[in-house]
Amino acid sequence: MTRSTEPADVSPVEERLRTLFLGALDGDSVAYRTFLQELATHVRAFLRRRLPNLQDDSEDIVQEVLLAIHRGRHTYRRDEPMTAWVHAIARYKMVDFLRAHARREALNDPLDDVHDLFAEPSIEPAEARRDLGKLLDQLPDRQKLPILHVKIEGLSVEEAARLTGLSEPAVKIGVHRGLKALALKIRGGRT
Amino acid sequence: MRTDNLIAALATDVAPVDPRSVERRFIYAVLCAACGALLLLLPLYGVRADLPALMARPVFWVKVAFPLALACAAILATARLSRPGARLGRVWTGLAAPVALTSIGALAVLWFAPHEARLALLMGHTWRTCSLNIALLSVPGLVAILAVVRSLAPTRLPLAGATAGLLAGAVGALAYCLRCPETSMPFWATWYLLGMAIPAVVGALLGRLVLRW
Repeated sequence: MTRSTEPADVSPVEERLRTLFLGALDGDSVAYRTFLQELATHVRAFLRRRLPNLQDDSEDIVQEVLLAIHRGRHTYRRDEPMTAWVHAIARYKMVDFLRAHARREALNDPLDDVHDLFAEPSIEPAEARRDLGKLLDQLPDRQKLPILHVKIEGLSVEEAARLTGLSEPAVKIGVHRGLKALALKIRGGRT
Repeated sequence: MRTDNLIAALATDVAPVDPRSVERRFIYAVLCAACGALLLLLPLYGVRADLPALMARPVFWVKVAFPLALACAAILATARLSRPGARLGRVWTGLAAPVALTSIGALAVLWFAPHEARLALLMGHTWRTCSLNIALLSVPGLVAILAVVRSLAPTRLPLAGATAGLLAGAVGALAYCLRCPETSMPFWATWYLLGMAIPAVVGALLGRLVLRW
């Protein structure tokens, strides 16, 4: 899950965060506090880039990531780069949040709204998104997850394949068939 | 809650972290798996009376080597999948090689065997129960190993569940060697593999449910 596409100027940050975190692992609470504060700014920026449409929720996810890093801090190998470790946790929590989000939206909105919303030709992006989550939930996981990752979160096919454990062709097929099925459901909702 | 307050709260909880805690937990999980498998094996099936004589023969150890190699690869794989950002890399080879080698060996044995002996080599006397027995013996290990993986930080849940299940299955298969009367390679290359695959599939299916953190 290591990604070497980060710009080269990240490495001083990596080095600084790593030093602070190693101090924290040995029990230095001042270093830990500084580490978490600086990390929070990076995670916040990361999420804003990845989830431009979920600005309201991004601070919740930042906090979940910080909690996750705290809970999982014994899984960091001291001789390994920090970026890959933090990145994997941040992405895990982001995807976890989006899944729960999609499920919550599906439970909260009465189903009838689907018909109303899609009968209206000009749909606000935010609302469309919400209902998409509801319709998405009716799809099998092998279609829902590729769409969630590739089309909504904007991950690459390769990343989506890693996250879901599907092969890359399966992710592509999942997106393709899933979008078809979604279109059918949307049309079905209108009639 | 404001993020600053959360950070302040987290920063007060800084007990030094044991750098070998992941390894320690896996040793504990595998010990639990082995003890659990033996505790089920002894009253349910018992140990073969001719085990000492069997242990003097190489065929027994070739059979034991199969789940042992898979157990080693599965420990490495599960430990890596319990750490965010770690890649499996060459561990995949370690998982695939024992399966590939025993499959080739089993096919070779069948190929060179006389036609009428092939079915007996493949089915043995216990093919009906072998895989299910192994799966049963792996249950305590599956619970213990999934619990340990969950206490770490897996981010690829179905895959981590699958390797945890494979590890439990391999430990179960090792225990079952103490009782199993079969020594034919086509037999154990098939039914042991199936027996270990059952907990692996169960682990993969349970992964997203029980490993979430």
